[in-house]
Amino acid sequence: MAKKVEFMMGNHAVAEGALYAGCRFFGGYPITPSTEVAERMAERLPQVGGRFIQMEDEIAAMASVIGASIAGAKSLTATSGPGLSLKQENIGYAMLCEIPVVIVDVMRGGPSTGMPTGPSQSDIMCAKWGTHGDHPAIAVTPASVQEQFDETVRAFNLAEKYRCPVFVLTDAIIGQMMEQLVIPEPGELEVIERPKPTCKPEEYLPFDMDKDFVPLAAFGSGYRYHITGLHHNSDGFPTNDPVLHTKNTIKIIERLDKNYDDIVKVEEFMTDDAEILVFAIGVSARSAKHAVVEARNVGIKAGLVRPLTIWPFPERHLDRILNKNKIKGIVVPEMNLGQMTFEVQRVAKGRCAVEGLYSLMLDPILPSEILEKIRRFV
Amino acid sequence: MSYDYAKYLRKGKLPHIWCAGCTYGIILKSLIRAIDGIGWAKDDIALVSGIGCASRLPGYVDFNTLHTTHGRSIGFATGVKLANPKLNVIALGGDGDMTAIGGNHFIHACRRNIDLTIFVFNNNIYGMTGAQYSPTTPKGAWATTSPYGMAENTFEITSLAIGSGASFVARTTAYHVAHCEKMMKEAFQHKGTSVVEIINACPTGFGRKNKFKTPASMLTWMKDSAVNIERAKNMSPEELVGKYTIGVLHKVDKPEYIETYDTTVGLKK
Amino acid sequence: MAKAERIEIIEKWCKGCEICVEFCPTGAIEMRDFKVAVKDLEKCTACMQCELRCPDFAIVIYKKDKE
Repeated sequence: MAKKVEFMMGNHAVAEGALYAGCRFFGGYPITPSTEVAERMAERLPQVGGRFIQMEDEIAAMASVIGASIAGAKSLTATSGPGLSLKQENIGYAMLCEIPVVIVDVMRGGPSTGMPTGPSQSDIMCAKWGTHGDHPAIAVTPASVQEQFDETVRAFNLAEKYRCPVFVLTDAIIGQMMEQLVIPEPGELEVIERPKPTCKPEEYLPFDMDKDFVPLAAFGSGYRYHITGLHHNSDGFPTNDPVLHTKNTIKIIERLDKNYDDIVKVEEFMTDDAEILVFAIGVSARSAKHAVVEARNVGIKAGLVRPLTIWPFPERHLDRILNKNKIKGIVVPEMNLGQMTFEVQRVAKGRCAVEGLYSLMLDPILPSEILEKIRRFV
Repeated sequence: MSYDYAKYLRKGKLPHIWCAGCTYGIILKSLIRAIDGIGWAKDDIALVSGIGCASRLPGYVDFNTLHTTHGRSIGFATGVKLANPKLNVIALGGDGDMTAIGGNHFIHACRRNIDLTIFVFNNNIYGMTGAQYSPTTPKGAWATTSPYGMAENTFEITSLAIGSGASFVARTTAYHVAHCEKMMKEAFQHKGTSVVEIINACPTGFGRKNKFKTPASMLTWMKDSAVNIERAKNMSPEELVGKYTIGVLHKVDKPEYIETYDTTVGLKK
Repeated sequence: MAKAERIEIIEKWCKGCEICVEFCPTGAIEMRDFKVAVKDLEKCTACMQCELRCPDFAIVIYKKDKE
């Protein structure tokens, strides 16, 4: 049977990916350049038995998706810079209370209202450290319309599997552009359904600190329990015990570390014999791939490391390549002033030079600019 | 024993965190009796709160309970209700939580007329953080952040709810225990956004510094200044100075949000 | 003739706010060492004012069965 192929906008592909993953609730607030996700969900959700709501602000939008998830619905919200800032309070809540939700951030120029229609990659640190306190974070980074779909499905799976909020960190170019999208058949991509608790309701410990994972019971399913944004005990009730607070915080962060191999996905392109690496995500990775090919054409052994998961940071992947190959240098093109470069430097630990290529110019970084940087390491 | 609360209380959670003389415990009892009275199953109730003293209430009762972020209970409650409309969803919080930091969510829930029951525990102060003034602290009153007397005007919560479109709005007090239970029951049974403002006392944060020597004197003040809405209709404006009305202040039939949404988008024929 | 068979005070929950004592119309209960205590069971009319208004679930009135 012929594949279903569409010519689709990146933001719409996110919405379709979410529906494929079983998303049945969207709570949002209009913000450029992410609004098309909301528009598509408003139209499509009722067709699959789900509900959409445009809330009164970004904060309420985030609150509503957490609420819906607690009541059992896979839930999505979408936003951009200023909206991400506003959502952070409740994102922290979802992190501490281990509530699966997916947050799409279509990155635009910041800070503040910044450059509403201008693409950027400057929310990388905001996705990781935007909310206060120590916490886990997962962020996936698509670089094409197809990946907008596929990675959104993966984001839902990760959210359910590890009971935490997951960011789809994309940008105004990938979100707004149109490309071919091959819509997978049902069953073609893995879709993880939320596990249900099997214990007796009176024995249910929703935040059991001594277990790696406890299924989240939906409100109304017969498991009555308490959720609080205060630090809590295994049973969900508040505790001031610093030992438990420490134990639980470490537990939810370590859950991601322990599952690094499952969570962190990286495309390694021509890295086998590479001596110079380009480390890039999203739209910058598209230029970077082009630059790597051009470098190879002129005999430079360049390779691309393209994370599809930027948080947890793909440090083990990078570490492995740095240990295996004799790397002269790493070029990090990014549409910000060095948010990823600092992380790459941290992992490189002085083993090679790390050179950032920063741009706030709203246009994608050009392959020629990246190639120029690659040449400097030759 | 006139009423056994144990069936609805979570075991081992008492004594509660509220101060001596705080009237929230009285409201908790009214709430339990009201829920028992209308016969909702515990599994079918979601009780959602924000931050503050009042918002600690859900921890004590054996329902699906959600203690959220400051002012955001209605946002969470809206999501819970939309994902599972069969749940009876109650959002509660204090005056600061609901009308200051959560004011936007409060008026928009009323505007939508979504089937939530909203309880605003109005004790005229931010109690948990140590007696700072709230949008309902009376003019001239002392608070730690109005040491020279409150200079701001106050919100009139029920008018705010009515003006925003809530289809059921009532006021009651912690003194009027049976009345409180009755208002809660009527709010539960109403389809649409129901708002009940419950006048409460914070003896520790508000009372002591505002000429109420004892918790009981604050309850007596409620008794003396509350006028039933039916009786108020026959009173002159002069007679009503310094008083407030209690009872069902506003009740209209109008389409509930989720039902309207479901019909509009074709989820329900 | 007392109408209450027993007034149960749960001392560990009583915070001594005195609301019950203030609203007791007959003086059947009193404050003792900052907690409520039964003063005179005979005076209790089982009007339930104290039980209803106790914020702390600390007083339970057991009414006498009607004869």
